[in-house]
Amino acid sequence: MMSGEPDYAARLRRRHRSEMRFRFYGLLSIALAGVILVILVGSIVLKGYSAFWQTHVRLDFAISAEQVDIDNLRETNWDGQVKATLRDMAPEVTGRRDKRKLYRFVSPNAGYDLRDAIAADPGLLGTGFSLWVKASDDIDMLTKGHLDRTLPESDRRVSDLEVGWYDRFVGEGRIELRFNLDFFTTADSREPEEAGIQGALMGSFLTLLVTLALSFPVGVMAAVYLEEFAPKNRWTDIIEANINNLAAVPSIVFGLLGLAVVISLFGVPRSAPLAGGIVLALMTLPTIIIASRAALKAVPPSIREAATGLGASPHQVVIHHVLPLAMPGILTGTIIGLAQALGESAPLLMIGMVAFIVDTPTGFTDPATVLPVQIYIWADSPERAFVEKTSAAIMVLLAFLACMNATAVWLRRKFERRW
Amino acid sequence: MVMNGQQDENPARDFARVKMQAEKVTVFYGDARALHDVDLDIREHTVTALIGPSGCGKSTFLRCLNRMNDVIDICRVEGRITLDGEDINTPSLDTVHLRARVGMVFQKPNPFPKSIYDNVAYGPRIHGMTSGKSELDEMVETSLEKAGLWKEVRDRLDEPGTGLSGGQQQRLCIARSIAVNPEVILMDEPCSSLDPIATARIEELIDELRANFTIVIVTHSMQQAARVSQRTGFFHLGELVEVGNTDQIFTNPDDQRTQDYITGRFG
Repeated sequence: MMSGEPDYAARLRRRHRSEMRFRFYGLLSIALAGVILVILVGSIVLKGYSAFWQTHVRLDFAISAEQVDIDNLRETNWDGQVKATLRDMAPEVTGRRDKRKLYRFVSPNAGYDLRDAIAADPGLLGTGFSLWVKASDDIDMLTKGHLDRTLPESDRRVSDLEVGWYDRFVGEGRIELRFNLDFFTTADSREPEEAGIQGALMGSFLTLLVTLALSFPVGVMAAVYLEEFAPKNRWTDIIEANINNLAAVPSIVFGLLGLAVVISLFGVPRSAPLAGGIVLALMTLPTIIIASRAALKAVPPSIREAATGLGASPHQVVIHHVLPLAMPGILTGTIIGLAQALGESAPLLMIGMVAFIVDTPTGFTDPATVLPVQIYIWADSPERAFVEKTSAAIMVLLAFLACMNATAVWLRRKFERRW
Repeated sequence: MVMNGQQDENPARDFARVKMQAEKVTVFYGDARALHDVDLDIREHTVTALIGPSGCGKSTFLRCLNRMNDVIDICRVEGRITLDGEDINTPSLDTVHLRARVGMVFQKPNPFPKSIYDNVAYGPRIHGMTSGKSELDEMVETSLEKAGLWKEVRDRLDEPGTGLSGGQQQRLCIARSIAVNPEVILMDEPCSSLDPIATARIEELIDELRANFTIVIVTHSMQQAARVSQRTGFFHLGELVEVGNTDQIFTNPDDQRTQDYITGRFG
């Protein structure tokens, strides 16, 4: 084999070269994955970050106390006040159609903003005051540069007239980009400038709460029984195989099951976090069981022997020793299962959580939607302004998923034990 | 109680009462027979050493004495084992109660990943042996003292037991089992993972514990058996070849196989 020195040296060089190549392929794969991730997140952030800001227009009001019944604010024609102010700002507008265009410069909800401002501070009546209200989505897009004003008028969403007003108002210091806190505190809306993710966030939260409450105890108990108590026979083998099969079932199937059983048979309301939570719990269950069994298996038998040798009953061995030691692993599995559930949309479409819902859900049976489905709804909407909303909602979803996974990693690190 | 004549040939130990007795104990793991018709008396306040080559069944026999084999699904025990004349394999006898009377120390130190205090207090707690905190404190102290560990750990009872050295961990495990106040302590090669100094410490301890407990120790080391035990049983291929007083077994064994083993021909 080592007949000639040069031959051996050449072979050694070849081995080194193949080692280098092997490492290079590994590095290449990592770099590729990294670049794809950066492109993905980068494009979402670039598209979506502007959704956290919103164009506001300053309107000046002078409303006398006689015009308003302070005890019954609903009766006042607030929209009329907003329209009157807009007419004052552009006195040259006379035609009906132009006026309607002018009124659409601000969000249709500007009247409510005005009402809320008066309700918060009735002292504003009788004095002149300014209020920043949201501009309509088209004006917002114009501010953010998403509408190309060099296109011919017929090809763009805003007419020359509107662009004229816009430029004049900018000159007057009436236009400003402000942080859009409402994005986090309002639910969905047909008006992109009014749409927020609070409804979807709350829906996701309630749904996950149901999922956790159902899948955690059931999953952990199933894992403990299978791992610690069940005899090893054909039946437990069948159960084990089927749990693994369950983990591989496409999620849409769980949606159909939910529709057929949870909603049709048990009469749980459609679109409710309760129904969604039950469906997602079914989906999460195998993940939790498999992770919990792995965590229980990792507890060294010497601990079980020690406790058994002291006269602890099997139940005490599990409750006092095995389960606490396995808990970090179980929690890690649970969090990963919940993160999966948080990102899941297909089964929820089947049970009607795709509905357009403008109220933030407050209970488990209120109609609700969840973050990924909200993303789907917005991505499907024609208005240009929903594009950035979609990306912003994706960012929020990714942030939550990253937080959950970070918690899982942290738990694993913190409680990692070496025996 | 049936006294088995052949094991009581040596009159020197006859005064010691028989604490546990095994009659025709046979153990199967699945279809494989690990132990075959073992008859053995374990005498009170005596250290009984079980020696023999690896896989000879000595640990299996030890684990029969407090029914630790119960946790192994495929394990089946036949024959009769008595504790103070009472059959320990009757279904009416609770293993929880049996293991409180027959404690166990394992080959590898296996303290719970809890504080030193909680390690020792665990047994008394689950058996409801103490009525208050001060009584429990006292029990923990006495147990640690008996295990010769008190002076070393008195200032750090709330530190994890897993942070101690190997020898200290093993003494902690001994303290943990004597806290339950058992009558018999089974030790399964308690020094096999310890250095010679820690081993010597444990051996001294075993000798001290004999005053209060009956001890059965499985060991690979013949020197250890000679040092700590009064009686020795030699196991080979699942059979108890010979049992007798330690000095007799080591100086003048009856069986050729015993002779060969202790002189190092095999094992």
